[in-house]
Amino acid sequence: MKNKRKKHEAIQGIAFLSPAIIVIGIFIMSSIIFALYISFHKVNLFTGYYEFIGLDNYKRIFTDTKTRIAFINILSFVVVVVPIQTIIALIMAAVLNTNIRGKIGFRTIYFLPTLTSSAALTMIFMFLFSLDGPVNKLAVNMNLLSESINFLNNPKFALKVIMSMNIWSTVPFYMTIYLAGLQEVPKSIYEASSVDGANGFQKFIHVTVPQLKPITTFVLLMGIIGTFQMFDQAYIFSGGSGGPENSTLTVALLIYRNAFGQNNTMGFATAMSIMLSIVVFIVSFIAQKLNKSDSLY
Amino acid sequence: MNKKSKKLKWLLYAILIIYGLVTLFPFSWTVSASFKSYKEITGGGLNLIPKQPTVHAFKKLFMIDPNFLRWIFNSFYICTLGTFINVFLNSMAGYSLARLDFKGKNVIYYGVLISIMVPGQVLLIPNYLIVKSLGLLNSYNAIILPAAVNATYIIMMRQFYINFPKDIEEAANIDGLGRLGTFLRVSMPLAKPAIATQAVFIYLGFWNEFLKPKLYLSDPSKYTLTVGIQSMMSRYSGITQWDEVMAASLISLLPILIIYIFLNKYFMQGIRMDGEK
Repeated sequence: MKNKRKKHEAIQGIAFLSPAIIVIGIFIMSSIIFALYISFHKVNLFTGYYEFIGLDNYKRIFTDTKTRIAFINILSFVVVVVPIQTIIALIMAAVLNTNIRGKIGFRTIYFLPTLTSSAALTMIFMFLFSLDGPVNKLAVNMNLLSESINFLNNPKFALKVIMSMNIWSTVPFYMTIYLAGLQEVPKSIYEASSVDGANGFQKFIHVTVPQLKPITTFVLLMGIIGTFQMFDQAYIFSGGSGGPENSTLTVALLIYRNAFGQNNTMGFATAMSIMLSIVVFIVSFIAQKLNKSDSLY
Repeated sequence: MNKKSKKLKWLLYAILIIYGLVTLFPFSWTVSASFKSYKEITGGGLNLIPKQPTVHAFKKLFMIDPNFLRWIFNSFYICTLGTFINVFLNSMAGYSLARLDFKGKNVIYYGVLISIMVPGQVLLIPNYLIVKSLGLLNSYNAIILPAAVNATYIIMMRQFYINFPKDIEEAANIDGLGRLGTFLRVSMPLAKPAIATQAVFIYLGFWNEFLKPKLYLSDPSKYTLTVGIQSMMSRYSGITQWDEVMAASLISLLPILIIYIFLNKYFMQGIRMDGEK
């Protein structure tokens, strides 16, 4: 009797799980194996012919000029964007956590960029930075610029526009994570440091920052993973080309171009995607270790 | 001391307001540009309020553009269907992992956990080939099906049902409801907050998705709003009609903004849940 009930429960359990198992099984688990398989082959998309070429795709990653440019672009992107967005998010969370009026109103406004789709967001920033756009006009009117700059087509500025857009749109998300973390910091520590005569700034440096370290690790990891995979903004900004002069070519965009272009480079693109995952994993691991062993505080 | 803390308060307010302006600046220009004529955008000065406000851009989008209404419909269709399927399947899977006992459950649980960590780029190409071989290219299902479950929310629902008392379900069971009946009529309604939280984020995710619709939908009448807006760039011999593009961006923001205003609480809960992992 008991055995029968157990069997019944097992059938129910599997039945409830089966849709999830099927979707994850096909589109994630078997896809990983499929990806490894593709990465050792030269794929002809039109005939569907797979030719085994061993490690050639992986070797090509180290010699391909565009790949090098894309990796350098995305590394500089991560190095600039992740620290800045983390610091701004931390400061804004600390400011919002003080007992000041109108906090909820400010928080609601700040969250707007996170809700906006990357497509709409990129269009808005392209308008702002266009030749006749408000940023140029404002800068010229205030005599900061002698004449309008074509931010969108100038390789010196294109990636920087995307960087500022990315920081602007991700800060609110991380700020909210920090705000949640601040609720957990015991009030007694702040009180004790007040007794010791610490001012607001000292409390921030000596209490808030060290107390939030686990959350900082999480924010850094999320930031690194997110920025390394940046695609939408780079694609829309350059109309898919990665231009001007490859200055907005990211690894994810290059993977897309190689995978779905005309050049039978799907295997190469897959190898590059596996390489990107390994790089993200290593950088995340280092960031986590660094933040833990950071003995400054 | 008092004077000092007053000074600090002013400093805090200054930071809050400046950051608020930084946040609002792009949006205010979006609203402004969508009510200006193309001529005023490219020629005029720095006035935020249009000199001759016009709804010309909106009129063109809704009345002349052959596809704009279709894109809005497509986005709503994919989001709504996708969110419904996700909420059901995630909740069922999470419930099963928390409440039901069977062999191999732990293996499946770890499989779900691992699947959260796999980067999207690795899956992009195999998923495309699978979708293609299933004959789903250029259909809404190409976007909905591979995203029919979300591992993060399976784990969230599992957590919810583990912490949730069993008594009520057992009572329903004694009253003669079967497992599925109990799940649909008792367990699901009781999980309302957790369901609302995942629904909001899944909806937002589908609404803002760009890469997949771009990759899978080739027929302009099948585009979602995000891909549609992108296709409006430079479509008239390289010149971008900023008034139309800004109006379209504004429209794409509105539904999410409305959901956010009404369900603000669930957005914050969702982030907190992610943040405390």
